[in-house]
Amino acid sequence: MASFVHTVGNLVYRFDSLKEVMAKASPARSGDFLAGVAASNDGERVAAQMALASIPLSHFLNEALIPYEQDEITRLIIDTHDAAAFAPVSHLTVGGLRDWLLSEAADEASLRALAPGLTPEMAAAVSKIMRVQDLVLVAQKIRVVTTFRGTMGLRGRLSTRLQPNHPTDEPAGIAASILDGLLYGNGDAMIGINPATDSIASICALLEMLDAIIQRYDIPTQACVLTHVTTSIEAINRGVPLDLVFQSIAGTEAANAGFGINLNVLQEGYEAGLSLKRGTLGQNLMYFETGQGSALSANAHHGVDQQTCETRAYAVARHFKPFLVNTVVGFIGPEYLYNGKQIIRAGLEDHFCGKLLGVPMGCDICYTNHAEADQDDMDTLLTLLGVAGINFIMGIPGSDDIMLNYQTTSFHDALYARQTLGLKPGPEFEAWLERTGIFTQADGRVRFGDNLPPAFRHALAQLA
Amino acid sequence: MDRHTPTHDNPWLALRNLTPARIALGRTGTSLPTGAQLDFQFAHAQARDAVHLPFDHAGLRQQLSDRGRDSLLLHSAAADRHQYLQRPDLGRRLSDDSALKLREHAQANPGGVDLAIVVADGLSALAVHRHTLPLLSRFEEQAAADGWSSAPVILVEQGRVAVADEVGELLGARMTVMLIGERPGLSSPDSLGLYFTYAPKVGLTDAYRNCISNVRLEGLSYGMAAHRLLYLMREACRRQLSGVNLKDEAEVHSIDSENSSNKCGNFLLGEG
Repeated sequence: MASFVHTVGNLVYRFDSLKEVMAKASPARSGDFLAGVAASNDGERVAAQMALASIPLSHFLNEALIPYEQDEITRLIIDTHDAAAFAPVSHLTVGGLRDWLLSEAADEASLRALAPGLTPEMAAAVSKIMRVQDLVLVAQKIRVVTTFRGTMGLRGRLSTRLQPNHPTDEPAGIAASILDGLLYGNGDAMIGINPATDSIASICALLEMLDAIIQRYDIPTQACVLTHVTTSIEAINRGVPLDLVFQSIAGTEAANAGFGINLNVLQEGYEAGLSLKRGTLGQNLMYFETGQGSALSANAHHGVDQQTCETRAYAVARHFKPFLVNTVVGFIGPEYLYNGKQIIRAGLEDHFCGKLLGVPMGCDICYTNHAEADQDDMDTLLTLLGVAGINFIMGIPGSDDIMLNYQTTSFHDALYARQTLGLKPGPEFEAWLERTGIFTQADGRVRFGDNLPPAFRHALAQLA
Repeated sequence: MDRHTPTHDNPWLALRNLTPARIALGRTGTSLPTGAQLDFQFAHAQARDAVHLPFDHAGLRQQLSDRGRDSLLLHSAAADRHQYLQRPDLGRRLSDDSALKLREHAQANPGGVDLAIVVADGLSALAVHRHTLPLLSRFEEQAAADGWSSAPVILVEQGRVAVADEVGELLGARMTVMLIGERPGLSSPDSLGLYFTYAPKVGLTDAYRNCISNVRLEGLSYGMAAHRLLYLMREACRRQLSGVNLKDEAEVHSIDSENSSNKCGNFLLGEG
């Protein structure tokens, strides 16, 4: 294991491993203090960033932060590393990579080609020496396009996951939130339910319902019920219609064991989803959720900082050619990300690192009531991620998730971002909104139809 | 559009009867109308205030004393709310002073007890202020016949769920019941959680506990919460365990009713 010494004036800083440099170079956040891996003061943090900037990228291929023998994700990262793709930057240091990413040499094509040549640790390292504007600027150059029934990630598009959660999974209550979202132009990324109950029977009932709604109204979107991957496999075996296969993932083998999964289980889920051949435009069908702090909360972080652990989860994600990946940034609580400032930075880091590694990133721009954050912080992160070219965000009635008890972006928030940044939903969904008369978008401005679409007017009439 | 207002109501207001979600809020342009915007801000402010409301332990001890119940006031190792929010590990342990105080109590009252009731502010002191007394009186009514011996009610300031393990271990308690303020939701600033542990000791994980959540006026009633808790406690005493293995059997009954409700159609599919 290498040790790193950095001298500023007459001050000498010594770091005993790459893992230590990375952790101490991380912009301050509560989770790294909780884990005891953070820099002890601001000076040491910047000294670590300076030390990190001068480390050659090639060193990352020789010093694993979590030993190869102990962790299947380390093995996945090393075994699938693409040396040819790495070649254009293989002579650079971490600091040199930052300069390269910001330069004219890095454009959409060269960044796409580079992705398989970068390891998560390299991406995490360079993000630690980047400011917010750097994270936005570089991410904005990158597009990661995926398809199933709709197309995600095209330039000039911002998609939303319609999240119609209900505290007791009441079908009529879920349907009410779905209709509200559709009429506000949300739901092109997916209609995705977090179920309140995890029994196989109720999961199957929700999947049947979503499939029936999507078919009845001919909506070019995907359905997802966010249950354990093994439950999705069981539903598929029972012949239930299932579009996207969900799983929470983390960046260490031990943390994933806490979720009851490993790479083999994910492969089984992926293959089960593929066997249904339900995608009409493409077969990207895995939907993953991640979030800084998950490895630490499972006591499975190996002394690695939480942002690097998070980035390692994207190596897991990209192996399964996912439809979308969602960093649920502010859900975990203030012991990992204390306030709006930490949540905002983390969301931008995750989006940048994911995109750099070739992952179709979205973000659940969110907070809990015990975090020092509010709607203004969410507006800030939403605007920044919109500029950075994020693939999708959540859309939920009035920002209030009444099942999970946290606040995320609303249907209205998505329209704010689309209007101010001139972004449209995915092309298939845009055409559907226009065809049904819900709304049209020109020059960024949203123009709602004068009347409810006839099919939905008919549905509402049944309630009278 | 009414010429006097730029806002648009949504013609699907009737759907609000189907869900507590914030649907059909209307719009001005594509933004939230002022009323809906300020309603949200007030709900968030209430939730924030609940998180930061100081624990009125003196008031609670007086109420307990009026009911003839002794109590003991302890403090976790988290010095204040700021530290409590960032260091969950400290909220799970007693301060040195409090551990000593409890040890002295146990020495003066040797032989252990069946049950230690622990009350902690958690993330909503408001929940604890509102629901502790009514819940305890329902519980003790229903539990009278079981004849369990009880320690004084233990109040823990800046406490998390697992601090009950240390309390239970030091008291030599066979069972602990923790009453704690849950993380406030936007529409539920005063939700109380109950956590039950058989054979408590420092270092247990959540897999060894049973949780009864959402005790509040709009949620689970005091009577029902007390009933479920007693069911768990009696089963735990019979089988000498708590947690995941106990939960599996206790929940069997509720699954059938879940399924039947999910078979109903809904208005979007025209089967309702």
